[in-house]
Amino acid sequence: MVEQLSWKVGGQQGEGIESTGEIFAITLNRLGYYLYGYRHFSSRIKGGHTNNKIRVSTEKVRSIADDLDILVAFDQETIDVNAHELHSKGIVLADAKFNPTLPEGVDVTLYSVPFTEIATDLGTSLMKNMVAVGASSAIMNLKCEVFRDVVEEIFSRKGEQVVAKNMEAIVKGAEYVREQDKGNLHQMELAEADGKKRMFMIGNDAIAMGFLAGGCRFMAAYPITPASEIMEYMIKKLPEFGGTVIQTEDEIAAATMSIGANYAGVRTITASAGPGLSLMMESIGLAGITETPLVIVDTQRGGPSTGLPTKQEQSDLMAMIYGTHGEIPKVVMAPSTVQEAFNDAVEALNIAEEYQVPVILLSDLQLSLGKQTVEPLEYDNIEVRRGKLDEHPDLPELDKGEYFKRYQVTEDGVSPRILPGTKNGIFHVTGVEHDETGKPSELASNRKNQMDKRLRKLKKLPEVFPTPVQIDARYEEADVLFVGFNSTRGAIEEAKGRLEEEGYKVNHAHIRLIHPFPAKEVKALVDQAKKVIVVENNATAQLANIIKMNVGSQEKMESILQYDGTPFLPGQIHQRSKELL
Amino acid sequence: MATFKEFRNKVKPNWCPGCGDFSVQASIQRAAANVGLEPEDLAVISGIGCSGRISGYINSYGFHGIHGRVLPIAQGVKMANKNLKVIASGGDGDGFAIGMGHTVHAIRRNLDITYIVMDNQIYGLTKGQTSPRSEKGFKTKSTPEGSIESAVNVMEMALSAGATFVAQSFSSDLKELTSLIEQGINHEGFSLINVFSPCVTYNKVNTYDWFKENLVSLDDIEGYDSSDRKKAMATLMEHNSLVKGLIYQNTEQKSYQDLIHGYADHALKDSELNLDKGKFDNLVKEFM
Repeated sequence: MVEQLSWKVGGQQGEGIESTGEIFAITLNRLGYYLYGYRHFSSRIKGGHTNNKIRVSTEKVRSIADDLDILVAFDQETIDVNAHELHSKGIVLADAKFNPTLPEGVDVTLYSVPFTEIATDLGTSLMKNMVAVGASSAIMNLKCEVFRDVVEEIFSRKGEQVVAKNMEAIVKGAEYVREQDKGNLHQMELAEADGKKRMFMIGNDAIAMGFLAGGCRFMAAYPITPASEIMEYMIKKLPEFGGTVIQTEDEIAAATMSIGANYAGVRTITASAGPGLSLMMESIGLAGITETPLVIVDTQRGGPSTGLPTKQEQSDLMAMIYGTHGEIPKVVMAPSTVQEAFNDAVEALNIAEEYQVPVILLSDLQLSLGKQTVEPLEYDNIEVRRGKLDEHPDLPELDKGEYFKRYQVTEDGVSPRILPGTKNGIFHVTGVEHDETGKPSELASNRKNQMDKRLRKLKKLPEVFPTPVQIDARYEEADVLFVGFNSTRGAIEEAKGRLEEEGYKVNHAHIRLIHPFPAKEVKALVDQAKKVIVVENNATAQLANIIKMNVGSQEKMESILQYDGTPFLPGQIHQRSKELL
Repeated sequence: MATFKEFRNKVKPNWCPGCGDFSVQASIQRAAANVGLEPEDLAVISGIGCSGRISGYINSYGFHGIHGRVLPIAQGVKMANKNLKVIASGGDGDGFAIGMGHTVHAIRRNLDITYIVMDNQIYGLTKGQTSPRSEKGFKTKSTPEGSIESAVNVMEMALSAGATFVAQSFSSDLKELTSLIEQGINHEGFSLINVFSPCVTYNKVNTYDWFKENLVSLDDIEGYDSSDRKKAMATLMEHNSLVKGLIYQNTEQKSYQDLIHGYADHALKDSELNLDKGKFDNLVKEFM
């Protein structure tokens, strides 16, 4: 009996690897298990090795496991590439069709199961995925019936017979494995889960849901990996709320169309990845100087240029903080869990309007695409705040040819805002430096006033932002403080746990508000630690440098960096920390 | 009801004396009044360049954006508030060089906005470089030996891209230009109006006199029918696009916003932002 295990299915892209994983995972999620998924895929539609690794646990998990228990292989390449991940008691379930063999030196149990043959006998080789699901269920000692709900949902529109055939494929797969029992079938019997209903989703789903719940009614975007799911969700859902999505000709159009729409009063978002963000930089500056709310999601992937488009990286940090020429107030938020991604999407819309600034909602590929179990998102956390926007003002008549002071210099730097269409409210907007009414002005004194006004808007944000740093710091004098952002949270938490078992005192800070930087909170934590280890998926220690710049303490700072396209495993952080301690 | 004077503000244009853009400004002001708009009903979105300043010279809502991006900004405004009349405007460099990608797609998207291009066939604000509208052989600072690239034929391009309203005019002909802008505003879809707006400082070839001599009025072509796309294309080719008047209009094609599935009847800016609990719970359940 085990409390958790890792299962991986692999084969050629386009072969149904995704759907095998989906049926398996959705079913286990409904039984009350916690899941955390990691997809290895390439930038192509058909062919090329792909795999889907899913960790299943009776307790909350937020990271990929270091090793693997069960490998389901639809081709020999899957075994060759992945078998080394299996621990010594691991099991390979492989299609007998390709006469599977284990690589030299890999000592695990191989079950050769005729996935394709059983499926073909039942009517179509397409059902080989179902045979594999059944074979897997036998290893975990799950009843085949548990898959029925999901199978019905997927196939009922094709008729009862198709449902029956697919269920039969599952049963046959399970029976075959049981008959072949090599004496280790019950080693991986899964402990029963709590049966509670939870969500199973990717970060991009949560981000999109957050936008919908936060009042976004228009989106302009251009497809890109790993951001497109946000657009796809909005395309599916916005019509129910009267809104819509325009798929633009490029990311420059996506950003500038969002600026136009936000200026005219509808909460509008766009979402992209590094290459798209590079194209949006000039637009971000326009939003900054025109004080137009703008929310952009950057789902980071391997850069630069096309880089590693389907792989994990966290290398856009500096570009997101500093990107655009000139100086503007800008917010960069980095949620680290799916729940936070939802809440921060709502909050990004609020902050953009309250402070009239561009907001970058930073994600990374593993957070955006890693499918995982999530406690039901909470309705009570949703709040819409629009700051100084007066939606239906009753304004006094302006003197002829005079304009409304849309850029009035105020103490907090935020000016009154009304929407185009308002009677007696005409004002001008320009990316040229301008006076309080928006008319171009090159006067030195005006320039200084407007720059100061804009740049003081965010001064207090780190103080009022809810939880700018996710802090898990039990020790007043810690041996080490781990710092990270975005999806590395789970892996750091597990590494921390292992170090604590070994007697180290470990604190952990995950930065949620990247810019403006919550220096006060981070400095307090840095001061409590003998050593600071910043864990990030990039090669130049970008977050570490941001901390050094804002907090100092260079002598304490160490980095664990990874930029090979893979997310951190807990064991990697644990091991490399010990080398530094 | 507002007269054209209500569309004037106190800002003095920084254009050169004699610039063609003055007439375009006056024509927009007159057309806006003639179609019955109040200043707050109009948003003029403009690009970068001499002509891009126009949004600051008209008493209406205005957004002076970044170079080449006038159309996406204008489309965003219209998407947010379909009750606004939106005029996009800019120069030939803005719309047909850096912004050409947006121009083609705005044409085929067919949102109900009016795009007025002040075409002087030169880059004025940067002091005299070639434009994609400069004729072959045209000598500028950036083409001292004469341009060796072909000029883009924007009227033919617009027809090819599926435009539903294509017109061309000349800034000396205030009456016709005003009328075309009115028609453009009233057209339910994307209207493109290219206006020859001479640069008196840097373009010594395509002058007021040159246009007077070379432009053919479509009114003078017997039996010209602006609903006939084939004829429109043939006429443009025959006259090397040096024509003025309403070249083509398709009144049957619905505008983008009329075709959106599930689109709100009200302006999107007036949407209810709060989700009710029942709807939210349904969204959550989809992931269970």
